[in-house]
Parts: sequence; C-alpha cells; structure tokens
Amino acid sequence: MSKYQFDGSNYDNWKPEEFPTGYVCPEGGTSTNCYTGGWRSNRPIWDSEKCSNCMLCWAYCPDSSIEVKDGAMTGIDLFHCKGCGVCVQECKFGALELISEAEAQEQEAKGE
Amino acid sequence: MAEKKMFSATGNQMVADAFRQVNPDVMAAYPITPQTTIVEGYAKFVADGKVTTEYVPTESEHSALSACIGASAAGARVATATSSQGLAYMWEELHIASGMRCPIVMANANRALSAPINIHGDHSDIMSARDCGWGMMFAETAQEAYDNTIIAFKVAEDPNVLLPVLTTLDGFVTTHAMDCCVMEEDQVVKDFVGIYEPKYPLLDTENPVGQGMFATLGNGYMKYKLTERHALDNAMEAFERHGKEWAEITGRPFELVDAWGTEDADYIIVVLGSCAGNARFQARKLREQGKKVGVVRPRIFRPFPAKQIAEACKNAKAVAVLDRSDSFGSPHAPLALEVRSAFHANGVDALVNDYVVGLGGADITLEQMNTVFSDLEARAAGEGDGSIKYLGIEE
Repeated sequence: MSKYQFDGSNYDNWKPEEFPTGYVCPEGGTSTNCYTGGWRSNRPIWDSEKCSNCMLCWAYCPDSSIEVKDGAMTGIDLFHCKGCGVCVQECKFGALELISEAEAQEQEAKGE
Repeated sequence: MAEKKMFSATGNQMVADAFRQVNPDVMAAYPITPQTTIVEGYAKFVADGKVTTEYVPTESEHSALSACIGASAAGARVATATSSQGLAYMWEELHIASGMRCPIVMANANRALSAPINIHGDHSDIMSARDCGWGMMFAETAQEAYDNTIIAFKVAEDPNVLLPVLTTLDGFVTTHAMDCCVMEEDQVVKDFVGIYEPKYPLLDTENPVGQGMFATLGNGYMKYKLTERHALDNAMEAFERHGKEWAEITGRPFELVDAWGTEDADYIIVVLGSCAGNARFQARKLREQGKKVGVVRPRIFRPFPAKQIAEACKNAKAVAVLDRSDSFGSPHAPLALEVRSAFHANGVDALVNDYVVGLGGADITLEQMNTVFSDLEARAAGEGDGSIKYLGIEE
C-alpha cells in the first residue's frame, strides 16, 4: 500500500491547492484505468475458427489488447484497443478483420 | 570562532566551491564561456574525490537540464550551471523543471545572446528566462555569488516553494575578475542546507508515483498553473527568511533589495548585478558635493520585490532604471518594466528614465553614472520624456 492518500475520483472539482505538488500522480500502474477504447474508429473482429494461436497479433499489438489464456487467444480487450489495425495487418490466417466502429456498434445494438 | 581567512578568488571559483560544500547528489552540465570554470572546477572536485556527486558530462545543455530534471524527479539534490546560448538551449526544460517542481539550483554566468556573437557580460540571456517560473538571484560580487548559491538551495527546497532557482553572476566582471572573498567552513554550509527530503521521489518504488503528467482536459492545467504562481510568490518570504538566517551565520548582510542612501534621496539609480558598485561609487562622490542621490539594487528578480523597491523610491523626484538587456518592441526594457509597474501599483509618483547599458560587455563607466544623475535632475526640471536611451552610444 502506498503511503500517499490519494483519491482522484473528484479531479474535475479539485481546488488548485488540492493538486499534488508537481502535478504528480501519487499512485502506480494507473494506465490500466485509462479508457483508450473510446479513441477507436475501426474495430478488429476475431474469428476463432481461423485462428491458429500463432501469437503474432499478441506480439505486435502496441496496447497489449490481445487477451490470451494458457497459450491460446481468448479475445480482444476493447477497453484498451485503439483500433489501429496492426493485428489485422500481421495476421497470416485471415482470422482478424477490421470493420468500422460505427458498424460494430450497430451490430451490437441489434444483438448480433 | 576562528577569524575567517580572506583570499582572492573569481566568482566562478566561489560558485564551484559553494557547490562543493553543498555536495549535491547529481550535477549534469555542459561547459560554455563564461561559465566554464564553474563546471571545470567542479569536475576536478569530483575527480579528486572531494565530493560524492554523480557528475554527468552531457553533450548539450538541452540534455544537461533534462538529466537534472530526471535526477530531481528521482529524488536527488541537483545543481548545474550554464550561460547565454546554453541557457537559451535549455528553454523548454526551464518550464518543465518549474512545472514539475524540481528544486534544481542553476548558476548562470550572465552573457549576451547571438547574433552577432558576443561572449561578454549582459543580461540578455537571463532576462529571456524571466517568465519560466524559476526563482532568480543577481550577485554583485564574487562573495555574493557564493552566498547566493548556498541560499538558493534552501529557497528551492523550502516546502512552501519547491521550485528551481537561478543564481546568477555577470559574465567576466564577476565570473572571472579576482575579488576579496571569505568562505565558511564546509560543515557550516552542510548544516545550513541540511538533508534534502524529496516529496515524491520516483526511486521510492514502495510508493509509486507518476511524474510529468498530462493535463489537457478541463481546466486542470490552469488550476495547476495558479499553484505555481503561489509557490513563486511564497519564495519572497523564503528568500527573506533563509537569506537572513545565512546573514546571521556569516555576518554578511542580506536584503532582498539593497537600498543605499535612499532615505533622503531625490535621485535614485535602480540597477541589477555587478555595475551597482559603479553607481554607488559615483553616488558617494555626488553626496560629497551635497547632492541627494541613492542607489537601489534588487538582489532577487523573481519573485520581483516590487513593494521593497517602491518603498525605497517613494520619496524620490526622479528614478533611473539601468537595464543590461532590452525587450525589443516593448516601450521599456525588462527591469524598467517591472520598476514602473511597481511604482504604479504602490502609488510612487517619481518620474522614471529608462537606460540600456553595457550590452555585450560594453564598459559601464563612472561618467555614464554621472550623466544619468544629471539627466535625472534635468528630468525633474521638466526636460526629456524618460524614453529608452542606449547609454554611451551617439545616435
């Protein structure tokens, strides 16, 4: 446990003197809390049947968003995936496809 | 107490020795005229084992201050030194050091900026850094360069301040000319500066922090900048307190604003740094002739001691401000701008004459000081408008 007592949840309402000196973030490992999925304009779609678990996408993903368990891919972390498409480019088995985020969200709304 | 031994030394030697006595954890620096003998001297202290400092000879000033910021964020006590083009090359890091609240102490040998290239003393470099959020001190003598450097650590690391401080001395006149100096015992300096306890050291992995954070959304950036304003305002009290504490230990006086003969003066020169001596010398001669003249020399420039300068000048008829740099396009040079606004805000109605003097190491003579005092008398009698005059230059 860090010795710094820090609660950033009310950040927008902080008074100037409530900011930690030096604008530091007195907490570790906070990047995992940051929702970068909202930047996505394209979304990778994974076809598990075509996937050979070669792990190329896992190695290339710049945001560590390929979810893996026991040496096998299990899905894509859409909370962090920015939709850059590198995984789709690198996949040698046609198991990944890039579609527009808007289209993906429409399909989700229809429950497909 | 044993009598202190007086010896001759240059300002740069005195600054290097002040750094040696403080023995910071890290010094990252790059040599440049006329600062070179500070870092050269310090490198020798490192090589001779006189200090335990990690000395980082970087390939540029940009890297030097970057390394200092990294070391300071890690939790180290940090010092560096530069001058002129080197300070200009540090410009983006100057803001980062103050924004991240890194209490780095940097000596600057005040020197002209290119072009045309010129290696001599003036305040063009340091005045270009005046809005970077650093504390700024100006030494008149080698002795003061020593004292200021030691005081700078206390102010920078004061919990109410936690900002970097520039301790400056004028190129060649103060950096290289031999002067009568005394030095305190090493232990006296070490006891005075104490042990630095960083607030959020990066190397404390049990208590992880992120530094150099992002503040783009909402008004977090603006709120945070207000805290920087408060911190540098707090430095005024810190300079006063730590300066007086050092004065008590050493017996050498410390005033934020050195006011000579101002109580009854009709005519006053306001000036920073080394050429205050010439102004006072001429003022003494004029006093012997019955003229009521005085000299005001701020020892700090950031925060700006506006109230103290206004107080010293409140009874004057006319005041001359001597700048060793210009702010092109502005009606007034940097020091004159500050002095005029201090007068305006504090109800001082003295007439003000602006002068630019000694650019690029041009001589600042007693005759020039005499001219300035005569000009002030004429101004009080209704002559001239006080607009900028380059002293010693026929137009």
